[in-house]
This record gives sequence, C-alpha cells and structure tokens, in this order.
Amino acid sequence: MNYSPGPPEKETAAHQTPAVRAETLTVVRGPRTALRDLDFTVPRGQITGLLGPSGCGKSTLMRAIVGTQAKVTGTLDVLGSPAGHPSLRTRIGYVTQAPSVYDDLTVRQNLDYFAAILDPGRAAAGRRHANVTRAIDDVDLTTYADALAGNLSGGQRSRVSLAVALLGTPELLVLDEPTVGLDPVLRRDLWNLFHDIAAQRGATLLISSHVMDEAERCHRLLLMREGEILADDTPDALRTRTRSDTVEAAFLHLVDEAIAAGRTKEAAR
Amino acid sequence: MSTGTPGSSTSSTPGTTMTMTPAPPRALNASRTTATAARVLRQLGHDPRTIAMMILIPCVMLFLLRYVFDGSPRTFDSIGASLLGIFPLITMFLVTSIATLRERTSGTLERLLAMPLGKGDLIAGYALAFGALAIIQSALATGLAVWFLDLDVTGSPWLLLLVALLDALLGTALGLFVSAFASSEFQAVQFMPAVIFPQLLLCGLFTPRDNMHPVLEAISDVLPMSYAVDGMNEVLTHTDVTANFLRDVLIVAGCALLVLGLGAATLRRRTP
Repeated sequence: MNYSPGPPEKETAAHQTPAVRAETLTVVRGPRTALRDLDFTVPRGQITGLLGPSGCGKSTLMRAIVGTQAKVTGTLDVLGSPAGHPSLRTRIGYVTQAPSVYDDLTVRQNLDYFAAILDPGRAAAGRRHANVTRAIDDVDLTTYADALAGNLSGGQRSRVSLAVALLGTPELLVLDEPTVGLDPVLRRDLWNLFHDIAAQRGATLLISSHVMDEAERCHRLLLMREGEILADDTPDALRTRTRSDTVEAAFLHLVDEAIAAGRTKEAAR
Repeated sequence: MSTGTPGSSTSSTPGTTMTMTPAPPRALNASRTTATAARVLRQLGHDPRTIAMMILIPCVMLFLLRYVFDGSPRTFDSIGASLLGIFPLITMFLVTSIATLRERTSGTLERLLAMPLGKGDLIAGYALAFGALAIIQSALATGLAVWFLDLDVTGSPWLLLLVALLDALLGTALGLFVSAFASSEFQAVQFMPAVIFPQLLLCGLFTPRDNMHPVLEAISDVLPMSYAVDGMNEVLTHTDVTANFLRDVLIVAGCALLVLGLGAATLRRRTP
C-alpha cells in the first residue's frame, strides 16, 4: 500500500470551505422522516466517522451527500457546491454498503470500465491503466486481478467496490461500512490506507460504521440516532464530556440522555 | 439519437442555496458510450452459453419451421420472413430487461449515475452492444433461411437485415423500459408474455391483420410489431423499396427511439 503524494495545490486550497455543510437538512423516505433538521459540517482533510445503530439514517445521509437521495430539503453543500451538482461527480468517491460491481467481469475489467467513465478518451488510456493498477494494489487484490468478481468472497468483493471509489483522486470519499465482514488484519490495513489517503492526498473521508471500536481511529465523529445527530466532536472530547472510557460508553451515555430528554419533553406536554 | 437527457434535470435537487449553475446540456460522449458497450459485451463474453443460445435458437427454430411446412413452402416464406423480424425483438427484449434490472438491483446503476455518465451514454451503450449482437444473430438466421432453407425473398436480403436490426433496437428499448417496473427477475420475465405475446398474436403472423375483428385490427395498427412484420412481408413480395416498406421502417425506428426516450426517463439519479 504505497502512495505518491497528491498534488500540492490541493493542500493549500483545501481548508477554505468545509467538505460538507448541512443546515436544517431533512430527508423524507416514504411515510417517515429519515433525517430531521440536521446541522453539521465535515472538515476537509480529515476522517469523519458516522456512527450509530443500523437504521438510524447513516446510509440516507451518505446518499444525500453524494446526490443519489430524493426528497432532500434544507441546505447541503458538498465541496462548495450543492449536493448532486454535476461538477461533483468526478470529485466524490462513493462506496455503497452492498458491493456494487459487475459479478460477471473480472476485478480489472470492473475497474477498467469505471475508470473509462471517470476519465474517458483514448488519450487517457495510460493514466487509466496506472490508476487501475494502483487502486487494485491499494485494496490488496493484485493476485485476484483476473478473477471474476462473482467468484470472490464477500470481503474481497467489497474491496473491489472500494477500489472503484479510489480510482482517480477523489477529494471526498464517502464510504458506507467499508470494513464490514473483514478480518482484523485487513481492517487494520484499510484504516491505515484511509489515514494515508487523508494525510498524503489531503482528501476528506466520511466513513460510516456501527462498530464503535473503529470510532477511535477517526479524527472526528458524528453520532447519530433515529435520524438526528447526538454529537459532533472528536473522540477525545466525547469521552471527556461524558466521563467515559470508550466511545461506545460515550455513545450509550448520550443515548440515555436523549431518551431522558424525550421523556421530560413528553411529560411537559 | 437525441434522447440523452442532460444530467442536471433531476426533479428534486436540494436547491435552497442558489449557487446552482445549470450544467450545459451534454451530447452523447462517444468514449463513455463505447466503453459501456464494450463492458456489456465483455460481460456477455464471460457467459458463452447465453451468446450461443441467442445466436443458435433462431436458426434452429427456422430449421424446424422449414420442415414443419414441408408441404407448403409458400407458408414457410411468409412465416419465416415474419419470424426473422420477431426473433431479434424477443431475444433483445429478454436480455435487456434482465441486464438492466440487474444493473438497478446490484447498485451499479446508482454508482454509474453518481459518476459523470450521461443517461444517454448508458442507453446508447446498451443499444450499441445488443445491436451488434443482433446483427450477428440476424445475419446468421437470414443467411440460413435464404440460402439453405430456400426462403423465397423477392427483395434484397439486406433489407430483411435492416428490419431485423431495427426490431432488435425496439426490443432493447422495450426491455429497458419495462425493467423499470420490475422489482425482481421473476417479474421481468413475466413482462415478456405481457408485452410481447399480445403483439405476436396481433401482428399478422397467424392471420392477415385485415381478417381480424375490427377492434383487434385497430389495436394491431398501434402496436409496433405489426409494422415489423409488415416490413418483412414487403421485402418478401416486392423487388424494390416500396412506400409501405419505408413507412414500416420509419414507424419501427420511431417507436424504438420513443421507447428509448421513455426508458431514459426511468433512470433516476435520485431515488427515494
């Protein structure tokens, strides 16, 4: 897993606007409100963890940020443009929870195709080839480059999906549970890769997880529950504020607080 | 083909910040379209059995038909020519509806639409890939029928091939369109009897359309497959390109483009 440092001008321009800025962000899915009045920012060049129990709206929030979610109201700016703006499509890498790759293509053929969509034209063929080879190497699948994606294990397929998002040099990587179902060694390697990408390319990463021990590896955390944001802070600050030893304990503390606050509100009615 | 909808025209953009600049309407991007077509063909390349079936089944059916009507070669002429138009429509319908349904359910469509791929690029890519397959399929079937099974065509076999190709495009378009209304492969396959069979019954394959009940004849007048079969029969009986043939070809091509446009409208960048 090696990296050539990203273009230097990105480092300087990176900190002008936050990577993501949301104000009164609301998303309605069918009869229910999946996200309610969210206000938050995601700083550039860091890893922000999006944590919360399954069904709390993590994936919906990610889909809103990459611009594939319908019925989004409020303000949601991504890299300085409204979410879903066509100019963002080459600047964001997005990995869905279920691996979205073609099972009837090999790993390399999958990446070749997505690379041709991101960076089309015959003139770019050499650059594409280099990008594809590097992305395969990033996710440690070089020995499987010519295997059909459908024949790989679940963890390997999700790494193919991740490699697609690493093609090109996205300024923002939105990764929905990228380490689910992976063994500890691979998880550690991927987190090292994420840190390399943030440090060397100056990219912003938004990574969701429901595994709380991964939270310790993030620079910042957004804790979510039932479509609302419970906390937006660094792991250290969270632990200190809640006087807990782990982020998990901090999260549980905040959930209890939120439930208690909900009860008093209801009682006051 | 001008069905390529500019990517910016999604219905619900979070537009409360008014920094939104309308993206210039993009024409088809040739490289992305051919990359998509190559990818679709590569997927099929890993599935040689499907290719073999697509190409061989029409030939076997024609062969069978030739000897079913062993005693009445005139009947074989008319039914055989009609089938040369119907086969590509049915196969491409099936293959496209399943392929695009997979694309929708596997998440690759969402991924592609979050990338700088125009909807027109995707549809044109599919049309190009399946069109190429249809050419091979139709060329083999037409060649077999004309040279080995003594199908008696008055007009040029090239015109048969042209109609067959347009039928394949129509099949691709219909398949793409109905895949939006299917949430599983089971449903997608059921659209074949629902969409194709009525057209098959009414297209004039079994009995000339003017012998049908007037209501059915009127219905058959608005179904595209009727014109596909009429076009084939024009080639069968006339040496030259007739006005009726031109009308049939234009109607089939027009329907294909119309349905492709409708199909493009079902590809949403933002989904609930």
